[in-house]
Amino acid sequence: MSVYAPQLETGSPPTSKRGRRSSPWTWRWRDRLVLACAWTAGLGLCAIAAAIVLYMGYRGIEYLRPGLLFTRPAIGQSQSQTGGILDPLIGTALLTLIGIGLAFPLAVACAVWIAEYGRPSWLARVVESSIEIVAGTPDIVLALFGLSIFQLGLFAPLSFRAEGGGVYGRSFVAAGAMMSLIALPPLFAATRDGLQAVPEHMREAAFALGKTRIATIRRVLLGSVRSNIATGVTLGVSRIIGDTAIVLLLLGETLHIETQGPVPVVDLLRGTGSTLTSYVYDNSPAGEGAAPQKAYAAAFVLLVFVLGLNLLVERIGRSRPAPSPLTGR
Amino acid sequence: MSRLRDPWPDHRAERLLGAVSLLVGACVIAMIVFVGVRAWPIFEHNGLSWLGPGGNLETQIANMQATSVNPPASAYHLNAWPLVYGTLLTTSIAIVLGTVIAVLSSIFIVELAPARLRKLAIPVIRLLASVPSVVYGLIGVLVLVPFVGNHLVTASEKNSVQNFVELTGAGLGVVVVILTVMITPIMIALICEALMAAPASWREGAVALGLNPLRAVLAVTLRAIRPAIAAAAVLAAARALGEAVMIQMVSGGSSYTPNFSHGALIFFYEPLRTLASAIVDYHEGLGAPALRATLYAFGALLLFSAFVLSIAGYLIKLPLRRYQVRG
Repeated sequence: MSVYAPQLETGSPPTSKRGRRSSPWTWRWRDRLVLACAWTAGLGLCAIAAAIVLYMGYRGIEYLRPGLLFTRPAIGQSQSQTGGILDPLIGTALLTLIGIGLAFPLAVACAVWIAEYGRPSWLARVVESSIEIVAGTPDIVLALFGLSIFQLGLFAPLSFRAEGGGVYGRSFVAAGAMMSLIALPPLFAATRDGLQAVPEHMREAAFALGKTRIATIRRVLLGSVRSNIATGVTLGVSRIIGDTAIVLLLLGETLHIETQGPVPVVDLLRGTGSTLTSYVYDNSPAGEGAAPQKAYAAAFVLLVFVLGLNLLVERIGRSRPAPSPLTGR
Repeated sequence: MSRLRDPWPDHRAERLLGAVSLLVGACVIAMIVFVGVRAWPIFEHNGLSWLGPGGNLETQIANMQATSVNPPASAYHLNAWPLVYGTLLTTSIAIVLGTVIAVLSSIFIVELAPARLRKLAIPVIRLLASVPSVVYGLIGVLVLVPFVGNHLVTASEKNSVQNFVELTGAGLGVVVVILTVMITPIMIALICEALMAAPASWREGAVALGLNPLRAVLAVTLRAIRPAIAAAAVLAAARALGEAVMIQMVSGGSSYTPNFSHGALIFFYEPLRTLASAIVDYHEGLGAPALRATLYAFGALLLFSAFVLSIAGYLIKLPLRRYQVRG
């Protein structure tokens, strides 16, 4: 200590970590400009996000009354007469249920097949790329596709039918089926990535115990990727509730949920309705209705859902336990 | 139930899962076929010239709406250049702006921000990506459009182009601003991932040679992840092309082609329409066969562009694998 200390003090370059670091004030002005721009861009984006949330929160608190959530929309002259957003809320919930209900088995089956079997490999590649194509397809094109499918005579029983017998191809089933395509890619990707991250020795241990491949998948692997699947489902839900184009083209944009036919549950599935997104669209100046207060209130509810789902994704991601090497749980 | 409890034969499970997976592939093929078949009349009557300029788009579409169930061949005449132009214009400006902002803020997040700020910034920027497009549209049409229309556009600017178009505030500028905010988070996610995956030793080597830390990032790391930046831009372009509802709400809804010769500022105030927003605009008219074929042709074009862009994104990212950098 006493031997080395004097040498350090006399050495011309400062050796402490802090001293060696160059201060931005000594940089060239171009570098300082880039530094300032980077800070501005990063903080600016955060500020935009905060501004959107705060502004929508302000408008939401201003216009959202608890009663709005429980009253049905109505036709009225002024904004005080047009009722609440009960039907859009139910419509959003129903569409989410149908969309996730269809997407979940599809996505998990695809992910398991690709991660665990994947033979022949060219076929697995084809399936993977087709999911990528679905992910890249604009939602408005998916809506057009859904319309062309559900207007086929084959699917006529599934949708709203006009007086003259023309098939409109608009119903909760039609919209839900297309919503499942929107939820599919994130759900698939989350599950596949989870399965690929499961260490190989867990599979080997299960095989050594005499389990078949499918038993290993059901008892060991699916259990250990539960949190990945949960993240995927949350992402899928947040994409479904935020989508407008499919609802506009495929759900009929009726004010109330209108059922079709006599059978209790089927009539709802065949019926038409609206969701929060289409309600916002219709009540904004872009749609025909000029009821900005109602649009703000519904958009606030929508944003609260999205925020909640975002927090949920964060929490699932954070609380993900490191899989124990023995049980995988 | 007891059948379910019994261990499945492995080969049957594999076949079942494979069949379900193929269903998705079949779905994509069905999508291409269905959209293509319904768009075919437009290609049949116009070839590819419907992408070009000529004629008045709004009267053409009004003609299509007016025809009955069996439209004459003349009803299929279409020149959709204003929409193609609007799509290219909004997408390219938003991509250029978005790339610059995304690169800068990725550097901020990965290299500059203190750990606590970074922990806050990542979920906040992720939130921007998940705000529904209709909420962006609502804010645009109720806040930004009136602001631009009342405070930014001056009366003399309105008068100078009143023979061509009415400036209400809704138009290219608002579309580009909101579109940039919508696509930047997607690019940030991809660029951040690549920045973090780039070997730290390269940058450290540059710092050891005397570069300051920021210049080292700009000169070494950023150069190494150029393919990832390009891929991010391409994927964001696919997203921007397909954005329908937000653009429909704030673009002013007229098939006008913003003209730069009117002046740079006025250019950004002029309304326009894109392919995707036109589908939303005219979806009520899907009953008329000619208009339906037109809208499906727009959809087919969007589908084709998204397909090309996703292939391009894949090809651009290939060189990254050489460095074992996943992006």
